[in-house]
Amino acid sequence: MSFTPEEVVETKLMIKDQGLDVRTITMGINLLDCSDPDLDRMKQKIETKIISIAKDLSQVASSIEDDYGIPVINRRIIVTPISFLLGNLATIQEISIDDIQKLNDPLHRKSDLVELQISSEAINDCVNIAKSLDNAAKKVNVDFLGGFSALVHKGFTRADLCVIKSLPDVLSSTERVCSSINVATTRSGMNMNAVKMMGEIICKIAMKTQHHNSIGCAKLVVFANAVEDNPFMAGGFHGVGEAESCINVGVSGPGVVRNVVKSQKEVDFETLADLIKKTAFKITRIGQLVAQEASKRLSVPFGIVDLSLAPTTRPFDSVAGILEDMGIETTGGPGSTAALALLTDAVKKGGLMASSYVGGLSGAFIPVSEDKIMTDAVRKKILTIEKLEAMTSVCSVGLDMICIPGSTPSSSISGIIADEASIGMINNKTTGVRIIPVIGKEIGEDVEFGGLLGKSIIMPIKESSCKTFIDRLGRIPAPIHSQKN
Amino acid sequence: MKAIVSVIGLDMPGIVAAVSGVLAQHKVNITDISQSYAQEFFTMIMVVDFETSNSTLKEVDQDLKEAGETIGVFISIQHEDVFRAMHRI
Repeated sequence: MSFTPEEVVETKLMIKDQGLDVRTITMGINLLDCSDPDLDRMKQKIETKIISIAKDLSQVASSIEDDYGIPVINRRIIVTPISFLLGNLATIQEISIDDIQKLNDPLHRKSDLVELQISSEAINDCVNIAKSLDNAAKKVNVDFLGGFSALVHKGFTRADLCVIKSLPDVLSSTERVCSSINVATTRSGMNMNAVKMMGEIICKIAMKTQHHNSIGCAKLVVFANAVEDNPFMAGGFHGVGEAESCINVGVSGPGVVRNVVKSQKEVDFETLADLIKKTAFKITRIGQLVAQEASKRLSVPFGIVDLSLAPTTRPFDSVAGILEDMGIETTGGPGSTAALALLTDAVKKGGLMASSYVGGLSGAFIPVSEDKIMTDAVRKKILTIEKLEAMTSVCSVGLDMICIPGSTPSSSISGIIADEASIGMINNKTTGVRIIPVIGKEIGEDVEFGGLLGKSIIMPIKESSCKTFIDRLGRIPAPIHSQKN
Repeated sequence: MKAIVSVIGLDMPGIVAAVSGVLAQHKVNITDISQSYAQEFFTMIMVVDFETSNSTLKEVDQDLKEAGETIGVFISIQHEDVFRAMHRI
């Protein structure tokens, strides 16, 4: 017999009872060659390219599911950050270069800055492009398409500004398009003009989608050190350093890790870390297998495997549950950050042994609304935004799916973004903010998003203004360790 | 293509007959078989070969699951590569 009964049973139980699955097969598609001065032609090129490359994605994912017996939950697409495509449009060329130079110039007097005027025609063009992306996503049957993005950590192009300013319209008028804006890197520092702008934009998106619990904000991530190969949403995009097209696979498995941790209540930390490492290795190998097979069947090169413990609303599939099974009474209480640090590090080590091309965000996600045990911890008032912020300094992403009162001032949202981006910038890691000011809701009220996004509760944020700080504008210089050359 | 059939549950008469009946219907050849206890479960594991079969793994899996439900055990089949990926370096 080539496998022992223990090995066979372990694998079967992981799939049958512990929710082992491939969370997403995500196809990265370069759209740089679709750029065109003519809007209609560009839309046509974008739709044609996405559909021609990704037409078989969904069906191949299903065939892999059938042939290997591993559930593949989502099929997704990430594209080149859209701002790179738009610069040639006439409506965007009309924007004054002088004004944008002043906005980007760190030496320019901030008191002289005037609000940049972007025409409604330019915004409409952006919305039209987003609708083409949405159409293409629907035609190839993927649930989300990421990449309506701009990288503005060091400054804005005219197209970047239009992409950002169009977000309230884009995210309220499309279903499947996701966006991300990179506002800081360790190398360049933090664009505080963008941070201020994103606070305001998030409030506008919330208003525009207020009849659906401000859900538009759930499709936007504000990043520091965004990665180019993230297969997860909402923050995924196909970076400009990437190939023409590639297959990235996001594997999950909090339920599997939780099962191991739960069954080993008494072991010391060395043994615990070792067990998690071995489990992460096994999970990643499945991702590697599925990625290789998807790449072969689609004739698209293999990109990376992202091993991120991504919780779902299923009770056993919880990252907070792993922390609590480690011995933390309620997630957010003392010890939570250390427990999460151990978990994230062990997951990365196991994953790195299993695949030579581990990428994306790889670690543990802590999206509050998507993790039932985490939502419960908020309800118990043990898990707070401040503690989550501390936890994000040791795990892979950031403040994720956080609901706050709809009345929160935009400057406070900018402050939260700046805090989180600082953790990423100083510690040389990716951090993101996906925050939802739910219009009409106050602290403690429930919010139901449905589906993968789950159910959450409005979290309190400290009532102290940072408006004067945010209004300074300009750029926070890069940290000393950015100078590595 | 090789696959692994696994039966997890309580030992009882008729398990081998139920599994091999389904496999015979689909012309799937059994190349190895073993029974033991793992993680407190009775387990029967078969290595099978699809070379002589025209069926897909999914079709066989559905029939095996139905057969399992009839006799009250969990039966499933999975591509051998899944176990190889997970348990062999």
